[in-house]
Amino acid sequence: MDINAYIESGILELYVAGTLSDKENKEVYDLMLKHPEILQEVLEIEAAIIKLTASTSQQNNVHILQLIKDKLKFNASDTKVVQMTKPKNNWFTYTGWAAAIILGAGLLWTTNQNKQLQSDLQTAEIEQSYLETQIADAKTDLEASKNLLNVLRDKDIISVPLGGQGNFANTYAKVYWDKKTNKVYLDAQGLPEAPEGKVYQVWSLTLNPLTPTSLGTIDTFNTDDNKIFEITNANESQAFGITLEPAGGSESPTMEQLYTLGVVASTP
Amino acid sequence: MQLEVLISKFQQKDEKAFESLYAMYSDSMHGVIYNIVRDHDIAEEIMQDVFIKAWNNAGSYSAEKGRFFTWILNIARNAAIDKTRSKAFKNSKKNLDAEYFVDILQTSESLDDQTDAIGIKKFVSKLAKKCIKVIELLYFKGYTQLEASEELDMPIGTIKTRNRNCIKELRTIVLE
Repeated sequence: MDINAYIESGILELYVAGTLSDKENKEVYDLMLKHPEILQEVLEIEAAIIKLTASTSQQNNVHILQLIKDKLKFNASDTKVVQMTKPKNNWFTYTGWAAAIILGAGLLWTTNQNKQLQSDLQTAEIEQSYLETQIADAKTDLEASKNLLNVLRDKDIISVPLGGQGNFANTYAKVYWDKKTNKVYLDAQGLPEAPEGKVYQVWSLTLNPLTPTSLGTIDTFNTDDNKIFEITNANESQAFGITLEPAGGSESPTMEQLYTLGVVASTP
Repeated sequence: MQLEVLISKFQQKDEKAFESLYAMYSDSMHGVIYNIVRDHDIAEEIMQDVFIKAWNNAGSYSAEKGRFFTWILNIARNAAIDKTRSKAFKNSKKNLDAEYFVDILQTSESLDDQTDAIGIKKFVSKLAKKCIKVIELLYFKGYTQLEASEELDMPIGTIKTRNRNCIKELRTIVLE
């Protein structure tokens, strides 16, 4: 086949123009694949026609591409920007939120206040009960003092001073004996604190013959405030004595540890 | 990228390939369409229809049937000619029969912006009237060889060789 004659026939120009039959088109296509010169010729014809036709376009056509892409919904997923409609009454939303926040803060504040007040109230209640206890204590003390005063004032009360003995000459005590009620009130303020492991023991004595009878130990001596102790005494006592004994007391008084002793004045 | 690969991607609905092909052929298509309708708004409308149709019918193109340029050129010419046959267009437009593409080039001032404007103008001024008519009918209007021979009152064979010579001349001017 004469390639040059084929090219010169003008069939390739008509091929580009699109006026050939399907059969001729296929023929040219096959020959282009076989003969690079034919392909080259077609490319040059096409390029010349494109330049000529493009020159009659009087404008830049890039903007039309965007119109086409929009219509074909290209990049629809990433370039489609949905304009948010602005809510008209935005201030209404804002004031609503502001009110809610203020209300919340107010509730928190009042809750806090309430807790504080409750705590204050508790403190006050504790203080009050403490004061009430103090008042009750004071009343009790007053009652005890009145009782004591009544006892001391009673004309039937026998007062017995107990003087310091031997090594304990500087100590003293006093006994108030109510014979009607068989009660003895011992005022032991003049005695020193009992040493560890020791207690004071109170004795009722008859003198002829000398017989001591234990009235009991004073176990609360060190902790007692007014050092006045109420003791039951049904004996016909002629004297009272106080000795220091080992804890628990003794059967008979330890005479070396006799602190105070006093004789009951003869019955009037 | 090789044209064949680009077209193949375009047929697989590759948007980037479509844009590349648009860049290659859009000015040419617009020139052809505008030459037929002679109205910028209508030409723009037809441009959109043409490329959307090309996208939607991409699968129908086959290299065995012809050049891709020729395929899309056919779509553009048919769309533009269809438009000129519509009633609305006929009522609003003057008779375009006597006009050729060279009118656009000769009357245009903005053509100076085109890269090869000088060359094209030179070509137009040098080109014989017979060349202008043949090129107008075969490329811009999509006439068949037979239709052109009847229009120009010329034997079919003469159309073929004359066109060959005219395009040869065009090539020497625009492709250097």
